[in-house]
Amino acid sequence: MKKILFIILFSAILTFNVNAGTDGENALSKKSDNGVVKDCFEGFNRASFALNQGLDKVIFKPAASVYRTLPAPIRSGTSNFISNLSLVVTIPNNLLQGDIFLASKNTGRFLINSTIGIVGLFDPATKFGLNDYEKEDYGQTLGKWGVGEGCYLVLPVIGPSTARDATASLVNFMGGDAWYNITVDEDTHYVSDFDYYASRVTAGIDFRAKNFDSIENLEKNSIDFYASVKSLYLQDRKRRIQNLDSIIETQNDSDWEEIDTQ
Amino acid sequence: MKKIKKLFYVIFLTFVSATSSAGLEPDIFVQSTVNRASSALADNFSKEEKILKLRSIAEETVDINGIGNYTLGSYRKVISDKQKNDYSKLFREYFLITFSSRLAEYSNPEIEVKSKKRLNDNYTIVNSVLVATEKRPEVKIDWRIYTKDPNKPLIRDLIIEGLSLARTQKEEFASIINSNNGDINYLLKNLNDFINK
Repeated sequence: MKKILFIILFSAILTFNVNAGTDGENALSKKSDNGVVKDCFEGFNRASFALNQGLDKVIFKPAASVYRTLPAPIRSGTSNFISNLSLVVTIPNNLLQGDIFLASKNTGRFLINSTIGIVGLFDPATKFGLNDYEKEDYGQTLGKWGVGEGCYLVLPVIGPSTARDATASLVNFMGGDAWYNITVDEDTHYVSDFDYYASRVTAGIDFRAKNFDSIENLEKNSIDFYASVKSLYLQDRKRRIQNLDSIIETQNDSDWEEIDTQ
Repeated sequence: MKKIKKLFYVIFLTFVSATSSAGLEPDIFVQSTVNRASSALADNFSKEEKILKLRSIAEETVDINGIGNYTLGSYRKVISDKQKNDYSKLFREYFLITFSSRLAEYSNPEIEVKSKKRLNDNYTIVNSVLVATEKRPEVKIDWRIYTKDPNKPLIRDLIIEGLSLARTQKEEFASIINSNNGDINYLLKNLNDFINK
């Protein structure tokens, strides 16, 4: 039932997203002329962003502050566990992107860390040379296949996204995430709905704790925090889709050249 | 003896002039700037002293006017000279406040320059890492160095883990201007409010 409600909610958002554009384009093709992703629903997005900031102040920030005080082995164990779970989504996406080598490497990583690494709490795979792990998701795969971002979206609770990424994330709830399948979808008697949602919340707190100072600093030094987060999110997605460590190749340098000619 | 001294002097001058004509290598420039910033952030200074030292380093090593022009994007072509002038002054102050405030939070950051990639005559990207501490993992930082004058390289952008600060700033400013019907005066007002808060 929860799954159906979730899909209806997402579908409603995306239907609105697609139908709101009345200029003959759908949301997945929305880009301005200069390649910048359009913020078609800025009003909704800003309201959603404000809600998320409220949730952050009440839940995530205090929780992340406490999390940061935990002993390093507990933090790294939690982080490793969350990272290991994400492999069940990364591996099928490696395959969908045609990267057999990375899929094999990540499968090796998952098997080693889930067994020798005690359900992913430790990361012996890195010591065996299976390092430099990069998460992949269904939105990145669609991006790799050439699907545009569509309009920028800020989803309540979930945070920044795009029409493409939000649509693609539905695949997780339709069999594309093995962890979701054995917790929420199927009653395995070993793990339950609670484990899935607890892992998602923990992943949020882990992310917030790791970026605690950067987020505080960004908020303090931004005139428009919403716009800064949007820019950073979209740059990061672009870099991840192109699997680049550096932004040099992902940006057009002409803006820099142009200022020298004036 | 005097002749030998003179000869040494000539050799020394030749060496210095040859070095200066080759220019200051961007990676050496970054490492030296980072070292200066690290000593400014040493624990024995108060936060106010750190901010003053960082401001002075930024004024010498960062192309604040260039970044200001870049972050204004296409709007710089349509605004009046007075608005340009006001923007330039406000941006400089805004930049120096945020730059020093961002860095003053760190104490003794250890940055290691790893490599460099020359893009063209005007730009070289210097790759470095902020060494991990117990509280945070290693962070990759790339520096866009403006090398039009090889003897005076200047920093134009920091790219942290692939995310460009200049681009983020540019998109933030564009959002403020677009949300106010393209009126740059709102950006100037916001900058002014930020500086005086």
